Amino acid sequence: MADRPRPYLALLRGQVSAQASYRVSFAIDVGTNVIATVLDVLTVLVLFRVTKALGGFTLREAMVMVGLTALAFAAADLTVGNIERVKLYVNTGRLDAVLVRPLGVLPQLVLMDIPIRKAARSVFGATVLGVALASVDIDWTVARVALLVYAVLGGVLFFASIFVATASVAFWWIESGEFGNAFTYGGREFTTYPINIYSGWFRRVFAYGLGFGFVAYYPALALLGRTDPLGLPGWVGYAAPGVSVIVAAAAAAVWRVGVRHYRSTGS
Amino acid sequence: MSVIEARGLRKEFTVRVKRSRLRREKRVVRAVDGVDLTVERGEMLGYIGPNGAGKSTTLKMMTGVLMPSGGEVRVCGYTPVPQRTKLARRIGVVFGQRSQLWWDLPLRDSFDLLRHIFRVPADDHASRLRRCRSLLDLDEFLEIPVRQLSLGQRMRGELTAALLHGPEVLFLDEPTIGLDVVSKQAVRSFLTEVGERGDTTLVLTTHDLADIERLCKRLVVIDHGRVVHDGTIDALHARYGSRRRVVVDLDEPVASFGDATVEADGRRLVFEVDGSAAAVVARLGGLPGLRDIAILEPDIEDVVARLYKTATEDAP
Repeated sequence: MADRPRPYLALLRGQVSAQASYRVSFAIDVGTNVIATVLDVLTVLVLFRVTKALGGFTLREAMVMVGLTALAFAAADLTVGNIERVKLYVNTGRLDAVLVRPLGVLPQLVLMDIPIRKAARSVFGATVLGVALASVDIDWTVARVALLVYAVLGGVLFFASIFVATASVAFWWIESGEFGNAFTYGGREFTTYPINIYSGWFRRVFAYGLGFGFVAYYPALALLGRTDPLGLPGWVGYAAPGVSVIVAAAAAAVWRVGVRHYRSTGS
Repeated sequence: MSVIEARGLRKEFTVRVKRSRLRREKRVVRAVDGVDLTVERGEMLGYIGPNGAGKSTTLKMMTGVLMPSGGEVRVCGYTPVPQRTKLARRIGVVFGQRSQLWWDLPLRDSFDLLRHIFRVPADDHASRLRRCRSLLDLDEFLEIPVRQLSLGQRMRGELTAALLHGPEVLFLDEPTIGLDVVSKQAVRSFLTEVGERGDTTLVLTTHDLADIERLCKRLVVIDHGRVVHDGTIDALHARYGSRRRVVVDLDEPVASFGDATVEADGRRLVFEVDGSAAAVVARLGGLPGLRDIAILEPDIEDVVARLYKTATEDAP
């Protein structure tokens, strides 16, 4: 093996070989995740069996939003979803050991716990998106191809930021329990459907206030060449993934303040 | 330049105290309350104090784990929290309860991963590991997953892990706690060896006075977050008159014997000695009905408790 030190690769390697030392449990984990993925597919199929249209969108058009959300969420969950385990590190004081290494705290925690078993879900998400895009009539332009790529990347960044921001709560509130799930899994449910099916303050807060509307809904409108039933101009769809950068900056700030707020535990 | 420099270092925690079923009161606890400390290169410093005195908190502020509430601290010229990653390369840390090792991997793999994490050149790493292997007898358990090691073996692994990147300062939080006599000895002689080379500064917290006696010329005692003594261990004993005691139990009561205090109706003699107890024990041969002899080391908790009492009385 090459002699050049690769700190982050080493962390990943350590984690992979540690997981491999529990072969049976790893196999069971992979198995349950494949089953869960199959259930995801069934849920989507059942939903669109019973309705022909949703919020003025045809089944196929809505599937573009479903696919974007599924892929972005699964990829974010695969890479940084395990960050919710930070509450374990804070609670037991094990974060001390992470803080005395010459590497960033966030990448260390992420790489020390990559759930390889969740990979199946990203494949599922990509498949749904691919099938949906192939089944609708899209006038493919260079701008639209670029939009598709950065809408996916923006979506991953967006959900990753939500994971990090909600996990940071553990620095202030150790027994944060299921609090984060309202925003992560709740957010995923929200962006799966066209946002015009929600109403009032709920839509304003989640879609625009927290930015969930810009993950799948607006990019999908721009891809499909549809005008927004809620009245925002067409360029919003192309600009929507930029919202992820703002959300990521906010999440990073919350995380940094959180780490400084860390109190450790007795000796 | 000093390796460690702390001025008026403070750490406060806010705790919520339950007053009644609904009412909770916020209270500010000063874990570290104005610590001044200067440590020079190559020193071996023992940092002691009772539970909750602020020992670990001080160490955590010096290693970049905790953000100080006030005051200043510099270690190897860095401000620990903002320059955490730079500092991490220059220091080694052994927090007994917070392992640096990969639980599920053989010890050898952890050492290899740490080489990458700390970006240590392969040659340096190999020579440091070789030295630790022979000094700490690691070879017999190098291939065993960490989770299956005994506490003593794991601690030897932790010490190695903390030294593989050649740190300038080694921080140890309770390195001998819970270890059996043999492992304690192994850890102490290893640390003596590390310290005697003179290029590594050692700062260790402990409850065990024997650690300090074996390892540290300088002793800092902290209580209620304040430094109450900074000097040699002899200076501490001289200042507070704490001495070893030889307790002798007899079958037949005696009225008096030398300078001993007579207790239990003449059936127990208590001698106070500085240094070796050999002279006292040699004199006991002539006593009739000698049943048992015990040598009691001065209890550090007692010394510290007394120390703190005087410290508060001296305060204006």
